[in-house]
Amino acid sequence: MPALPTENMNQAKAAAIQAKGLSCGYEGKLILSDINFSVRQGEAFFIIGGSGCGKSTLLRTLVGLNTPQEGSVDILGKPFSKADLPTRRAQLRNIGMLFQSSALWSSLTLRQNVALPLEEHTALTRREIDEISMLKLAQLGLKGYEDYYPAEISGGMKKRAGLARALALDPAIVFFDEPWAGLDPITSRKLNHQIKDIQQTFGTTLVIVSHELESIFELADRVIMLDKDAKGIIAEGNPHALLKSTTDNRVKDFLHRGSSNNHPV
Amino acid sequence: MPATSKILLAEVSIETTNKSLEVCVSGIWHIASKKPSWSQYSTSLKDIDLVFIKTSGLEAWDSSLLLFLIEIKTWCKIHKIACTTSALPTRMYDLLENLEGVYDSEIAKPRGENFLATVGIATQQAWFNLKGILGFIGEACLGLARLPSRLGKFRWRDWIHQMQACGVMSLPIVSLISFLVGLTLAYQAAVELRQFGADIFIADIVGLSVVREMGPMMAAIILAGRTGASFAATIGNMRANEEIDALEVLGISAIDFLVIPRLLALGLMMPLLTLYANCVGILGGMVVAGGILQIPPSAYWIETQSSIDLTDLGTGLLKATTFGLLIGLSGCMRGLQSERSAEGVGKATTSAVVTAILLIIIADSLFAILFHALGI
Repeated sequence: MPALPTENMNQAKAAAIQAKGLSCGYEGKLILSDINFSVRQGEAFFIIGGSGCGKSTLLRTLVGLNTPQEGSVDILGKPFSKADLPTRRAQLRNIGMLFQSSALWSSLTLRQNVALPLEEHTALTRREIDEISMLKLAQLGLKGYEDYYPAEISGGMKKRAGLARALALDPAIVFFDEPWAGLDPITSRKLNHQIKDIQQTFGTTLVIVSHELESIFELADRVIMLDKDAKGIIAEGNPHALLKSTTDNRVKDFLHRGSSNNHPV
Repeated sequence: MPATSKILLAEVSIETTNKSLEVCVSGIWHIASKKPSWSQYSTSLKDIDLVFIKTSGLEAWDSSLLLFLIEIKTWCKIHKIACTTSALPTRMYDLLENLEGVYDSEIAKPRGENFLATVGIATQQAWFNLKGILGFIGEACLGLARLPSRLGKFRWRDWIHQMQACGVMSLPIVSLISFLVGLTLAYQAAVELRQFGADIFIADIVGLSVVREMGPMMAAIILAGRTGASFAATIGNMRANEEIDALEVLGISAIDFLVIPRLLALGLMMPLLTLYANCVGILGGMVVAGGILQIPPSAYWIETQSSIDLTDLGTGLLKATTFGLLIGLSGCMRGLQSERSAEGVGKATTSAVVTAILLIIIADSLFAILFHALGI
């Protein structure tokens, strides 16, 4: 079961995610160095920054798709990146992820896509798995599309189906990689509402990589901003507070583009 | 030609005053049209201190004019001559300034290496490749070992689908190739055997060749090209679309989900296809024997039965199963190692077929040595 609702969270609880001295990159090329942050349970945490600053690389390292060059990641108070494979796989049950491309398994229907994690990680009966899959899809407005293949639905529906799959095991933490990329404004707004609902209903921790300023200001409790040249975090805090208080031009420039775009801020 | 239909071309005029050269560009400059080259003018220039570039009657311009201007600026730089472009229209001037030194930029990632570095990198890649192959085989073996404990979670439907795709769907091509191989073997043998009056032994030659060697080998080559390539392309595409990453993040082993059903499907289908290929190959031989040597089918069949025993059949089927597993391993491994691009998937597919055929030939040679040593 997911964590408790946000308002009941207390500081004594272990951090949902703790990154300690994390350095990551590809093929010997260092992209981010000495990254330290923690994500509290139940909060909407955004990783923001310009293109190529390493947002997605950091996200992939957090979920274990990339091995950190240095440092470590703890999830729900337990070592994750340095744990052995079976332990890591067991911990992955607490995690869901919505990929930028949705990454639905193309040979399976939407129902089978949602059902697969349940088949792998639970001892539920076929009927129960089917019911849960249909429920998750219906929650995200995909009722009637259960037996469609990913190739037969639109990009927005794929995102929602991807989210339904990410939520299949009612994870405590859901990671999102650019969830609004390629979506029209109306579909983006709907997705925003659905993400907000999930967080408020189940107290799920959200870790979102994005540079969609409107969504950042609407959803984020806290952000970290990465910078390509600094190879690290250049700002951390609530986006509204940062907008008012930051003296860093890079942060100002990034966040102000949102406010000049008729943003309530 | 009337004045209204006059076609304006890219034009350049130069004028020398003391040691100063004025270059004036005019007309229409279009990348697809013929444009002047600065070398046409520069060869005759001597004792110049300053080049002044301006436009006059310039109707339209694009990158071709910029290339020409860069050519002039580069020439000036080489010959240490001052070049003034301030008289150019503002946008053109700005663009030209932005392009300053565009050809001088350092290559961010050096692509060329010296011989030693190339050999070093190739050796390192070969080592990583070997480690990758061994690691994958190890993971696949662990996956097979895990199978009895997770039979309930095994993808039975995928397994059956794969068996249909690599077994049933391959029957037409396996039939054709095997029949033609049997036919060819029989033709080759018939010419020689007739000279010695040993016509009936055509059944022995075809039977033994097909059952021990050609049946498993031809079925394996067909499946390497058909099924191995298909495995690599499917899995490679899944990798490019982040589907493999999605499996990993949800704690589902790609080996259990994708590789094991495919390996088992090929491991089971290959011997069955080989049995079928053997029968069709023998049939091909029988047709030639009946047509050329007038050997009745019944006599041919009795001779075939007397020449082939269960050991021959068993060696062929053992080879077939091994070849099937090798094809499955190559296809899945290359797919999982594929780069995340369309080109990467193409390379993985080619590599899967080449690796599979290479491994099949190596395994066949090892089997030949082993069977010889064992006397079977």
